[in-house]
Amino acid sequence: MSNFASSILYLEDVTKSFDGFKAINALNLNIQPGELRAIIGPNGAGKSTMMDIITGKTRPDSGRVIFKSKTDLTRLDEAEIANLGIGRKFQKPTVIESLSLYENLELALKGRRSVFASLLHKLSEQDKERIESILVQVKLGGKHKTLAGDLSHGQKQWLEIGMLLMQEPELLLIDEPAAGMTDAETMQTAALLKAISVNHSVVVVEHDMQFIGALDTTVSVLHQGSIIAEGSLEKVSNTQEVIDVYLGR
Amino acid sequence: MKNKFNWLSAGGHQTSVAGTYVMLIILGVGLLLALCNLIFPEGSALHVSSYTLALFGKYLCFALLALSLDLIWGYAGILSLGHSAFFALGGYAMGMYLMRQIGDRGVYGNPDLPDFMVFLNWQELPWFWMGFDHFGFAMIMALAVPGLLAFLFGWLAFRSRVTGVYFSIITQAMTFALMNAFFRNEMGFGGNNGLTDFKEILGFDVQSDGVTVALFVASLISLFAAYFLCRWIVNSKAGNVLVAVRDAESRTRFLGYRVEHFKLFVFVVAALIAGLSGALYVPQVGIINPGEFSPLFSIEVVIWVAVGGRGTLYGAVIGALVVSYAKTYFTGAFAEVWLFMLGGLFVVVTLYMPKGIVGVAGQWIGARTNRRAQQKPQVAAGDSDE
Repeated sequence: MSNFASSILYLEDVTKSFDGFKAINALNLNIQPGELRAIIGPNGAGKSTMMDIITGKTRPDSGRVIFKSKTDLTRLDEAEIANLGIGRKFQKPTVIESLSLYENLELALKGRRSVFASLLHKLSEQDKERIESILVQVKLGGKHKTLAGDLSHGQKQWLEIGMLLMQEPELLLIDEPAAGMTDAETMQTAALLKAISVNHSVVVVEHDMQFIGALDTTVSVLHQGSIIAEGSLEKVSNTQEVIDVYLGR
Repeated sequence: MKNKFNWLSAGGHQTSVAGTYVMLIILGVGLLLALCNLIFPEGSALHVSSYTLALFGKYLCFALLALSLDLIWGYAGILSLGHSAFFALGGYAMGMYLMRQIGDRGVYGNPDLPDFMVFLNWQELPWFWMGFDHFGFAMIMALAVPGLLAFLFGWLAFRSRVTGVYFSIITQAMTFALMNAFFRNEMGFGGNNGLTDFKEILGFDVQSDGVTVALFVASLISLFAAYFLCRWIVNSKAGNVLVAVRDAESRTRFLGYRVEHFKLFVFVVAALIAGLSGALYVPQVGIINPGEFSPLFSIEVVIWVAVGGRGTLYGAVIGALVVSYAKTYFTGAFAEVWLFMLGGLFVVVTLYMPKGIVGVAGQWIGARTNRRAQQKPQVAAGDSDE
């Protein structure tokens, strides 16, 4: 494994089993700052469990998850990990449906998260500009007052990505962003993620091969809780083991 | 932006404006009733009897209680089926003060002990009755005891991530346990008779017209103040966090918010308001007994909020006033069927009016505005920018 000292996220020998079934099995993963990494794998390969472990929702049975080569995430809970600078997008788009787009982004805005601070919170001019610019970036410009519940499925995915950006995370974990999107939306989303990866580290879990191709980046193949191949999409597609377990079906 | 979420939207502009109107109307009508009681002599057509005023004062306390439930249920999605426990605890604190004011005018004429303690052959006042002869201390307790219970209960429940129906069930168990405890004579709260036969409050006769008016106005002002406190909370960013917790709890956690802290905060605020409403209620009805802890009463509060319109604050106030008034009328007219009517009301509201009275009124006003807008298209174009 390459230099752990400089990595933004480093998973070492992580194992998690549910009722004897090893969802994650001695998993190693190393993400460098500024990297865009795609993770593919068949259903049940352990993609969501891996996300849950990184974001503090699930504690692994053994192994370490090191953020920015100093913090062990396995000891922290979701809110602490979020505030360290890791943003997560769910597979199912999860936005606050009865709030406006503006309010959704305001909630995600980086800042103090205590009850007291939230009661007295006022948006500064800078914050307002930031919300505006993110709205434009995720292709929802001018829709401030629209309720998030009224967005299309694809737009909700974008809004959620926008909320992640508001948190100013160093690392974004994105779970199946293209699920349920039209082809055009899928391509736009790939372009959006590529743009984001210019100044963030991004880990994308996805099924859609066309989407992975458009990302044009390093791919890790997850199978039965471990990484079985890593490299360009072309390279991993030609690996015999990958063909056997996944692509060949 | 006409859509199904409009009336559930926290801090929605429409909700705020309508809420202000409704609260001002209630305040205005309330003050008018109080004035009619004071100015016009008995027998005059415009006279409002003290009996009526005390009855409406009771409704106002219920409205205050409903408001506090809407804060946690309507906004944070915390359905408490034991909310009346906080109300009853506030009521008991006030009741204890009123008991101490009886002095030696009780049936047994014992200057140191309330009648029920003499009856139980107790020799001295239990430690937890100490200080309740002071009004200020009793008022602090009326808030502190429900607040503390909510804090401990909420801290344990929310930290363990007990949510949804499980939370509802344990709140129900909590109030049921308290009810059974207060029924016991050994607890020192008057057992199943509760606390009653009050004489004076702050040196004035509780039965007097002046006190009736004063308590009514105090309830009115408390309701008004609590409404704006709750509205300030739900219109702040913290209010949006609560809505986020209601709609997508884990999303809120991954945004970095400590969901349990926000829930605990509103749960305690709601308990404080409920405690206040109990303390205002007891001198107006002249009795507090363990029946106020009954799970059925808590469920009634939920029905008030559902009927009025959840997640609007003022809807809860309307619901409490309307259903309580209906209860007074129907329990007088057909006592046996009231519970069936209440249950039926809940079913009808859930099925056909999910946003309650407020939602139906909103739709009606919305439809009328649209019709008017169609008649004058140029005005509508100007309005739509707003």
